[in-house]
Amino acid sequence: MMQKLAELTKLDGLSGNEQDVRKYIIQNLADKSLEHYTDNIGNLIVKGKTDGSSNLKVMVAAHMDEVGLMVNYITDDGKLKFSTVGGIDSRILIGQHVRVGKDKIPGVIGYKSIHLQDKNERESVVKLKSLYIDIAAKDRENAEELVKTGDYVAFDSEPVFFGENKIKAKALDDRAGCAVIMELLNEVWPFELYACFTVQEEIGLRGALVAANRVKPDVGIVLEGTTCADVPKVKEHEVSTVMGKGPSISFADRASIADRELLMHFFKTAEKEGIPYQWKTTTTGGNDAGKIQTSGAGVKTLVVSVPCRYIHSPVSVLDLNDLKNMLNLVSKALHTLPEALGR
Amino acid sequence: MITLLRELTGAYGPSSREEEIRNTIERKISPNVDDIYTDALGNLIAVKKGSGNGKRIMLAAHMDEIGLVASYIDEKGFIRISNIGGINPYVAVGQRVQFHNGITGCVCYEENITDFKDLKLDRMYIDIGTQRREITLDCIMPGDIAVFCGEAIEQNGKFISKALDDRIGCAILIELIEILKDCPNEVVFVFTVQEEVGLRGAGPAAFSIKPDLAVAVDVTGTGDTPECKPLALQLGKGPAVMIKDNRTISHPMVKNALIECARKNNIPYQLEVMSVGGNDAGTIHTAAGGIPAGAVSIPCRYLHRPCEMVDKNDALNAVKLLNAFVMSPMA
Repeated sequence: MMQKLAELTKLDGLSGNEQDVRKYIIQNLADKSLEHYTDNIGNLIVKGKTDGSSNLKVMVAAHMDEVGLMVNYITDDGKLKFSTVGGIDSRILIGQHVRVGKDKIPGVIGYKSIHLQDKNERESVVKLKSLYIDIAAKDRENAEELVKTGDYVAFDSEPVFFGENKIKAKALDDRAGCAVIMELLNEVWPFELYACFTVQEEIGLRGALVAANRVKPDVGIVLEGTTCADVPKVKEHEVSTVMGKGPSISFADRASIADRELLMHFFKTAEKEGIPYQWKTTTTGGNDAGKIQTSGAGVKTLVVSVPCRYIHSPVSVLDLNDLKNMLNLVSKALHTLPEALGR
Repeated sequence: MITLLRELTGAYGPSSREEEIRNTIERKISPNVDDIYTDALGNLIAVKKGSGNGKRIMLAAHMDEIGLVASYIDEKGFIRISNIGGINPYVAVGQRVQFHNGITGCVCYEENITDFKDLKLDRMYIDIGTQRREITLDCIMPGDIAVFCGEAIEQNGKFISKALDDRIGCAILIELIEILKDCPNEVVFVFTVQEEVGLRGAGPAAFSIKPDLAVAVDVTGTGDTPECKPLALQLGKGPAVMIKDNRTISHPMVKNALIECARKNNIPYQLEVMSVGGNDAGTIHTAAGGIPAGAVSIPCRYLHRPCEMVDKNDALNAVKLLNAFVMSPMA
C-alpha cells in the first residue's frame, strides 16, 4: 500500500484532470477481473467481489483530484498569472516548484524580493494576484510556445519517506483514501461494494453526487485525508486530529453529520479490535459525504480520515501507521456491517 | 395546543439525533394515518390517502432543533463545543443545555475574553460539573449534542419556548392530521430531519415521495420588536404565505392557491419576502425533476434562542389555512 501511495502522489490529477490517476488505479488493481467503468464526469467505479450474503449496497468513496493552480493569463514578459483550483493558502505558494500543462513544463512561483516590498506588503498576507509562475520564458511569444491559458499547474513535489513511518508528498489528500480503497478491493465482501474514485471534490464535491446517484447505495463511507494541526501554539481542542493516533472518525463537519448507527459501529469496532482511532475535534471543512448523504432518497454516511499535516500543500505529511490502521478499521467494520445494521 | 407543544418542544431532537422527537410524533399520529414509515435519513413520513382522484400533496415541517456538539473533552472534564445549526455565541453564553441522556450543563466562555467581539464557540465550553476527563466521558462522548433548555409556556396569547422552530410546524401538522377528513387529495405529512444544518432531509424525502406539489411549514422572523430591522411580518397578524426567501421562490400555483384559500375562508394572512434564510421548500422544489413548492410560515420572535415566541392564533389559523388548502381540488 505504501509504495502505491507514493506512486499515486507522483501523478498529477487536478480537479477535472484526473485521468492519470484513474489510469493508474485501473492498471494497478491486484484483481484484474473486477468489473469497472468510468462515468460521464470521470468517476471511476469499481465493483468489489461479493459472496452475496447481504442485500446491502455499500459505496466507499475517495477522491482522485488534488488542489493546484491554473494558468489564466500570460504577461508580455512571459510570466504566467494563475487562479487556484481548490482551496490554497497563498502564503504556501512563494518559492514552490511547479509543473505546467501536459508537457509538465517546469516553473517556479515568484514574488518580488523582500527589499522591494513596502512595510504593508511585508506585514500582510501575500495576494494571489501579485504572484506569478516563472517558466524562464523570454516573453509572451516564447511562453506561448510552451504553455497556454487553461493549462493546469501541479506542485512538483516528489514523495519522501522520512522520520518514523512518515511520508511527505503532495496530494496525500486524497490519494491516501484511494490507496486504502485499492486494498479493500482485494477482499471478498458480504454485500455489493462499489469503490468510487471520485472527481472534482476539491472544487465542490461535484463528482460524488453523480457517482452516488448512479450507484444508489444504502451506505456511503468516505475515506479522506484531513486537517492535522498538532503543531506548536494550537490548543488541544483545535488540532482537529493528532498524527500517529490513528484514523479519525468525524461526527460532523460543514457538509454532513455522521449517521449515528454507522458512527457507533465504527467506534465499537475500533474499541473491540484494539485499533487506534481518534475523534476529529473540529467541524470545519466538508467532503464527498455531503453530496452522497442527500443523493437519491437519502444515504447513511460516515467519514473516516487519515490525519495530514500541511494539507493542501506540496509538503503534506502523514503517518503510515495511521493509514494502516485506517485500512484495518474500515475493513473490520465493513465486514461486520450487515450484522450491525440488521441486514 | 399548549399541551401538545409542551410535549413536542420537550422532546430532545437536534439535527441528526431526531429519534426521541420522531417517536413522540409517531405515537401521536399513527392512529390517524393510513401509512407511516421512517426513511434512511430519519424523516418520518405519514400518508393520509385521498378519497377521490386528487393530487399528492406533501406537507413538511422539520423535527430537528439547533444544538451544541461536544467536540473535545479536556483533562478537567470541560466539554469543548461546535455548533449544529445556527447558534449565536452571544445567545449561547450562560444558557442551560441538556444532552440526550438528561445530563445538564452550563455554557460558559474562557475568562480571558475581554472584548465580546472575540467571543466564538471555540473559546467556549460546556461545564457538566465533573473534574476529570474520565468522569465526563462516562456520560458524554465526542459527537453528543446538547440542546437549549426552556420549557414551553402560554402567556398573553403567545407561546414561548425553545425549539418552536420548528416544533410549532410539527404541532400544526399533527393538529391537521387529527381534523382532516374526506380529503380529495392524498396528503403526505413529512416530519423532516437536518433542516437546521442545510435543509438536508427534505430533498431526499421529496425525491422518494414525488408529490405533485409541496408546502413547507416553518417559522420566520418578524419586524415588530424595538429598533429591529424593517420587516413586514408581525406576530398575531396571521400565518405568512411565503413569496420568496433565500432558497426558494414559491411556485405561483402554490402561492396563489394558499392566498385564495385564506381569502375565501376569512383567515388572516401575511406575505413573506425574506432575503436571508431558507426552509425545506428550498431542497424540495428542486428534487425529483422539480416540484411546485411554497411555504406557510409562522412569524416567530427571537429565533434560535431558548425563548422563541409565536402567537397562538397564528398557529391555529395556519391549521385552518392548510386544511382549506389540502381540501380544495387542485388543478
